[in-house]
Amino acid sequence: MSRMEIRVTISSDQDIVLARQKGRSLALELGFSSGDATLVATAISELARNIVSYARNGQIILKDLQGSNRVGISVTATDSGPGIPDVGQALRDGFSTSGSLGLGLPGVRRLMDEFEIVSKPGQGTKVGVKKWRP
Amino acid sequence: MEVPILKQGAVLIATFQAALSDADLNQLRSALVQQVVRFRSRGVIVDVTAMDVMDSFASRTLREIAHMIRLRGAETVIVGIQPEVAFAMVQLGLTLEGVATALDLEEGLAYLNQKFKTMK
Repeated sequence: MSRMEIRVTISSDQDIVLARQKGRSLALELGFSSGDATLVATAISELARNIVSYARNGQIILKDLQGSNRVGISVTATDSGPGIPDVGQALRDGFSTSGSLGLGLPGVRRLMDEFEIVSKPGQGTKVGVKKWRP
Repeated sequence: MEVPILKQGAVLIATFQAALSDADLNQLRSALVQQVVRFRSRGVIVDVTAMDVMDSFASRTLREIAHMIRLRGAETVIVGIQPEVAFAMVQLGLTLEGVATALDLEEGLAYLNQKFKTMK
C-alpha cells in the first residue's frame, strides 16, 4: 500500500536535480537515514539521466511502501523512448551507447534493494526500484 | 547556478554551493580551464562539501576537469566528498581514479603546496 505519490516530469537536466531532491525528502520523511537517502537520491539521478539521455522525456514516480512490518520507498522511471534492445547487456557494467560511463543501470541495482526493468524497442522503458528501511 | 571561483595566489578555488545541474557542471569545466590559462594558476581546488549527490555525470565531469587542467601543467584536487556521498559513489562504481582528493580545503591546499615544491 502506498499513501504518497510524487510525480516529476523529466525533460531537462534541471529536472534531474528536482527529482533527486524530492526523492531525498521523501526518503527522509519515511525515516531513512541520511546515508540511505543519499543512495536513493543517487539512484534517482542516474535513472532520470537515462531518461534525458536516451528518451528525452519521461517521468519519475516516487511512492512510499507500507508493508505489514516494514517501510520503503519505490522509484519508477518511465519513458516512451526508443527502448533497450538488449536489457541483459545494459545491465552489465561498462555498457553504454550514449558515451556515458555506462555504469547507470548496474550501479542503480547495487544502490537499491529491488530492481526490475521492462523495455521493448520502440515502446519505451520502465525501471522500478525499491529500497526498504533497515 | 554558477559556481564561484576564487583566486588565491597560484591556486583557484571553486566551491560548489548546492545541487548543480549538468549545465552548471559543464559551465564550471570551461570556466575553470579558461581561468587556469588566464591566471597561469598552478593548482585548482574543487570543494564539493555542499554536494549531496555525486552521480556518474558529476564524477565524469570532475575527472575531465582534473585531466584538462593537468594537460595545462597544473594540479587539481577535489576536497570535501561527504562520507555518505563517497559510499554511494563506490556502490555506483565511481572511483575518480587518477584524481587527487583531500579531506577538506586545508588539506587540499597542503597537498598542492607539497606538489608545488616538487614541481620546482
